[in-house]
Amino acid sequence: MELFADFFRNLYDTTGWNFVVFYDNDEWTRFIDAIWTTVKLIVACLIFSLVVGVIGAWAQGAKSKLVRYFMAGYIQFFRNTPPFVQILFFYFVLGNLVPTYDAGGYQESYISSFGWAVISLGFFAGSFNVEIFRSGIEAVPTATVEAAEALGYSRLQAYMFVVLPLAFRVCLPALNNNLVNLLKTTTLAYGIAVPEMMYTANQIWSDNVNVGEMMMVLFVFYIGLVSILVWGMSRWENAMRIPGYGK
Amino acid sequence: MKKILKIGIAGLMAGGLLMAATAANAGGNNDRFMKVMKRGTLVVGVKADYKPWGFRDSSGKLVGMEIDMANDVAKALGVELKLVPVQSSNRMQFLQQGKIDLMIATMSDKANRRKVVGVPDPNYYTSGTNVLAKKGVVKSWADLKGKPVCGKQGAFYNKQVSKKYGAKIIAFVGNAEAKQALRDGKCVAWVYDDSSIMADLASGQYNDYEMPMKTEDDTPWALAVPKEERGGIWGNFMSGMIYNWHRSGRLIELEKKWGIQATSFLVDMNKKFEAYTPK
Repeated sequence: MELFADFFRNLYDTTGWNFVVFYDNDEWTRFIDAIWTTVKLIVACLIFSLVVGVIGAWAQGAKSKLVRYFMAGYIQFFRNTPPFVQILFFYFVLGNLVPTYDAGGYQESYISSFGWAVISLGFFAGSFNVEIFRSGIEAVPTATVEAAEALGYSRLQAYMFVVLPLAFRVCLPALNNNLVNLLKTTTLAYGIAVPEMMYTANQIWSDNVNVGEMMMVLFVFYIGLVSILVWGMSRWENAMRIPGYGK
Repeated sequence: MKKILKIGIAGLMAGGLLMAATAANAGGNNDRFMKVMKRGTLVVGVKADYKPWGFRDSSGKLVGMEIDMANDVAKALGVELKLVPVQSSNRMQFLQQGKIDLMIATMSDKANRRKVVGVPDPNYYTSGTNVLAKKGVVKSWADLKGKPVCGKQGAFYNKQVSKKYGAKIIAFVGNAEAKQALRDGKCVAWVYDDSSIMADLASGQYNDYEMPMKTEDDTPWALAVPKEERGGIWGNFMSGMIYNWHRSGRLIELEKKWGIQATSFLVDMNKKFEAYTPK
């Protein structure tokens, strides 16, 4: 570890390349905290958006007209507005409607800025996930659903045990795309001061005047994260393969 | 052998040329100044979002204390004035690239900045770090410990306030968002430049708020000319402008005009230079 720090300190002294996060203790702590926050944010957003997607796709095919219209409205709203605007809207407008308690001179909200980032980004990516799942569901032949119903499955049961598992396999590539996009969109949380990687990098380069170096660190960091996600998704895709179905 | 000799001679000649060039530069060059006089227009980089130093009035026109200063310069030169809005992040580049001839844009005077642009002495203003907070919430810097404090991303004092006083800095992209978060009660205070906070207090929109701390890290402000012209006509001319602004009390007058609380720096400078006024 010492060697590692010495290498980067030496690099700064000899070439002027200031990768301060790798040799300064304070900046290193900030950097590690940022990694941790970013990973938590991404995992929370991914799960939230998937839940929204699965429930939403089911609600889209509901018998009730009201539910279907509601779903259409939700998708239009979240697909047709920029995610950054949504985050700011959730935090500054809806955030004020949430009950707060006095924490000594300031109002502590029951939903933190991290919470708002997960909610707004989850709903944003969720609206795409709904459409992605729908594409998968519509690819399942009606004959298969009818067969399930003939065997006595209810609509919910048929959805859970027959349609969804098949639909999942069809829409995985598209889902993969959207989740990668979501991962990258989490950087927008810096707008409401969630101390994730983008926010922290900005602070670090402001304090140390090393914009170029931190940009490189940012790039490598996100390339790494996306690679892990894509690798995981393709493993999953392979594991779920049914011979003779799809690819 | 011949080849080595050739290279050696060429090297020596290049070295000599370089030395000659530096010697010519030692006094400062006057290209930009001459260009200004020839085209009859002075292009000044000012802030467009920093009330009351440089901002847009309701009709969209750039106004403010630094714009008045730019006007003084143009008048003294007898040329037209053209204003170009600049950002903190690009103001020095604008000057280097020749997009502006002079920069009066709330810039703190720092040693590493003097390496990039030409700063004529003396300084024309100073400001330090303070906070804007609801009345009675905080009294001293120590009260900020462990509490959320709003700030703007990229400000150098965010780190100092969090390191020195243990405040939890919540930094937003712009001041508008940071101040909104303060009004929403998401933080106990908003940390920023004391001069800008004073202007906010004077605007009447923050009647329930105060600036309770003792100002820290007082830093002087500098205007700037291109680096190579600091020793030439342009730099010396601007030094004279600043001297006269201080001596005549013009800056204090402008401060009053724009509703900024009087800074002791301007009063001290005025006292110092007033003695030279012929009676």
